[in-house]
Amino acid sequence: MNTFFLIAIVVLIFLVIFQISKASEYVSILKGEEKARKQNNKINGFLMIAFLILGLIGVWWCNDLLYPKTLLPHGAGSSEGNSIDTMMWITIVITGIVFFITQILLFWFSFRYQESDKRKAYYFTHNNKLEIIWTGVPAITLTILVVFGLKYWFKFTADAPKNSQVIEITGHQFGWEIRYPGRDGILGRKNYKLTDPAKGNPLGVDWSDAASHDDVHVPTTMHVVVNRPVKLVINSQDVIHDVGLPQFRLKMDAVPGTPTTLWFTPILTTKEMAKKTGNPDFVYEISCDQMCGRSHFTMRGVIVVETQKEFNEWWIKQRPEYLKAKQFLTTTADSTKTVALENHQGSIIK
Amino acid sequence: MNNEEVLHEKPLVVHDAGHAIHEHHHQSFITKYIFSQDHKMISKQYLLTGIIWAVIGGFFSVIFRLQLGFPDQTFPFLEDIFGHWAKGGRLDTEFYYALVTMHGTILVFFVLTAGLSGTFSNFLIPLQVGARDMASPFLNMLSYWFFFLASIVMFSSLFLQTGPASGGWTIYPPLSALGDAMDGSKGGMDFWLTSIALFIISVLLGGLNYITTVLNMRTKGMYMTRLPLTVWSFLFTAILGVLTFPVLLSAVVLLLFDRHLGTSFYLSDIVIGGKILPNEGGSPILFQHLFWFLGHPEVYIIALPAMGITSEVISTNSRKPIFGYMAMVGSFFAIASLSFLVWAHHMFVSGMNPFLGSFFVLFTLLIAVPSAIKVFNWLTTLWKGNIHFTPGMLFAIGFVSLFISGGLTGIWLGNSALDLHLHDTYFVIAHFHLVMGVASMFGMFAGVYHWYPKMFGRFMNHTLSYLHFWISFIGAYFIFWPMHYEGLAGMPRRYYDFSNWESFKMFGGLNEFISITAIIVFAAQFLFIFNFFYSMYKGRKVTERNKNPWHSTTMEWTTPIHPPHGNWVSEIPEVHRWPYDYGKDGRDFIAQTEPVGADESKH
Repeated sequence: MNTFFLIAIVVLIFLVIFQISKASEYVSILKGEEKARKQNNKINGFLMIAFLILGLIGVWWCNDLLYPKTLLPHGAGSSEGNSIDTMMWITIVITGIVFFITQILLFWFSFRYQESDKRKAYYFTHNNKLEIIWTGVPAITLTILVVFGLKYWFKFTADAPKNSQVIEITGHQFGWEIRYPGRDGILGRKNYKLTDPAKGNPLGVDWSDAASHDDVHVPTTMHVVVNRPVKLVINSQDVIHDVGLPQFRLKMDAVPGTPTTLWFTPILTTKEMAKKTGNPDFVYEISCDQMCGRSHFTMRGVIVVETQKEFNEWWIKQRPEYLKAKQFLTTTADSTKTVALENHQGSIIK
Repeated sequence: MNNEEVLHEKPLVVHDAGHAIHEHHHQSFITKYIFSQDHKMISKQYLLTGIIWAVIGGFFSVIFRLQLGFPDQTFPFLEDIFGHWAKGGRLDTEFYYALVTMHGTILVFFVLTAGLSGTFSNFLIPLQVGARDMASPFLNMLSYWFFFLASIVMFSSLFLQTGPASGGWTIYPPLSALGDAMDGSKGGMDFWLTSIALFIISVLLGGLNYITTVLNMRTKGMYMTRLPLTVWSFLFTAILGVLTFPVLLSAVVLLLFDRHLGTSFYLSDIVIGGKILPNEGGSPILFQHLFWFLGHPEVYIIALPAMGITSEVISTNSRKPIFGYMAMVGSFFAIASLSFLVWAHHMFVSGMNPFLGSFFVLFTLLIAVPSAIKVFNWLTTLWKGNIHFTPGMLFAIGFVSLFISGGLTGIWLGNSALDLHLHDTYFVIAHFHLVMGVASMFGMFAGVYHWYPKMFGRFMNHTLSYLHFWISFIGAYFIFWPMHYEGLAGMPRRYYDFSNWESFKMFGGLNEFISITAIIVFAAQFLFIFNFFYSMYKGRKVTERNKNPWHSTTMEWTTPIHPPHGNWVSEIPEVHRWPYDYGKDGRDFIAQTEPVGADESKH
């Protein structure tokens, strides 16, 4: 009944609009078309300037309403993120100036130079000086932005600092797996053909590599230490995913067959950030930012940024994955080993 | 092939002045309306198909906006329409992605490529350069029918049990290559790939025709430097299409191989649904390179015709010459050439070599320069004009405004360091919808309103068009402006539901507002559609007196009110001047076909 009512109203509105429009056409013929046209011209000219003024107010109002909900007011959770914010502000100012000037001119000109019997259009075909100015000025401004941008880009994509904590993160439909190198600081070799969750090896670690024996695997939640650079080694098991870290202002695709890396330095612990944002439930989330299938939007991970002490307390409770997988290895040791050796040259990550 | 030869190849066209109109009555319904070789009819076919697709594509966006705006509610009517895809009135997540994918594919390829450049290149090139028809009317006809076939295949995919393609319109493998990855990558993806392959053939046939016609079939005196900017834009669009669409075809074919022949172009090291696949050594990034080598020029294939139409409409209705004609042509050239060198700015976070990325940053920001020149030239064209707000003009001004708003955020996204943060967020959605989606739609509306009298010999209702403009224009900003803020909060695109995310769940109310606006704007488009079809039969007729209703200088208005196949009844007029002599020497306008007077001032 409700739907029917709604449809009836919509149809009615359309009918009314249509009748008015048709009538206005007849009226304009009666009034004299030229006169009606000029009247319409005045109305649209007025609407142009009205749109400009209301639009500018709207831009301010929208900003007032939504700016607090963006990430900008609280600052980034990483030092790289703060650099990106700085660059974003420079870009906002430059593009903002251009935006306001050009939009104001556009609607002001439209209003100011609307048709009038008194004015003759000015025959003005080109002016080299003007054109050189407005080719040159954007070119110089953009050069500044390029230089800034590339400076940061090369910084962020350069090798991670030596003291980085290396952590592997692997995406699959629809979740994240996190692997830490153990005491040796080396991630054990992997070979996707060894993947077998039933035998305690969901990531396809090659147990024949001794470096893998102290590696720790945890699902979903990553623990990192504040103020220590983190280097993520990013993998995917099936389709392309993306490690999206909005509070750190970074992201990088997880590509099957092609490991990628990303590093950043968290500067605020989860607790500090919760205080800063005034949101007690705050967590650093990992969002999958590359369409990956039907439950793409549920592919959530968490990063807990904590002090070294808190991290140590957590770390001490973790057991290497190998201990769990070993039972399967002893029962079927021979066959696993052969497969492992055969695929020695497979995808290797260190 | 010159103009006359084109005509003499076919039986039913103008041979000489007197018989032209009579002979037209001999055409059967099929040769006149269906398998027509008349560029004007083909253009109308493109337009009509484009409109139908636009309604479907727009409707899909309304459906998925319902989900985004009202994630907790159910809409029982959805189950009536979509059956098992919307059980209990709630969209299946897989189907949500199918809708998103189809919305993108339809709008990008079928509406804004075929519907925009297909319609106006076909309609305006012969009329504005002074040709009787396209260089090859037969291939031109085939071009439409390949598009039609592509449409049929794509439309059929909507009825598959496993649904249409649903991996996003960019169909990145491995997601699109593996049926196990999602239902849409089963039969739907084969339909998608077949349809796009057919579509590419259509674009190539059309494009080659446009290029040849512009280069070889201009009337006497129509030097390249006397071409209206519309024709320049169509020429560059066609060149871009011809050079880049074949690359997409290669990407499509390789993907088909990976899907069905067991090759590993894009696949490596995959474990899916517990199965370990044998493919090794491929790279999904290869596909992204091939895809975006088309994908980015495609953006300009969409934007350039809208720019051309805007230039023409703004100049005509400001009663003033376009400012900096040569700079406009130059910037078309610059945009078209640079567009080949920027594709990888879609791939900054794909794991691509960062050093390579730096070049793409440079070229991407460089492309802002010719775009800026265009905007400044449009503004200067308005300055000191005598502006007539015809419906076409309103949409052209709207185009400029949207192009500025959307273009400026391109400077953010093209800078790779910022893209690290903003990539694949709602900021991107806002950016490209403004700059190429809505803006080009506005360019298309400007074109339809401006050339409708020439297409159908009748006028559209002005009151309806004004309403259509203001609702669409305000609505476009209501929808896409706030999305920038969602993007600045890092909100990812292509999410079905945000309510489980601590970082993104605060925009519930805003999403509701956007969805409601989107529904209203979608409904307002029916004002246009109704106006379009109603005026075809009931609109006020164009008469001999107002045969050139906007007082334009260009050649299409010198044809009869209902131009026959062959366009001009007698000889094609000769061109004596550039197309922008508005307000010269105190005269409102001087047609291109008028010889230069002895005491006329030079510009």
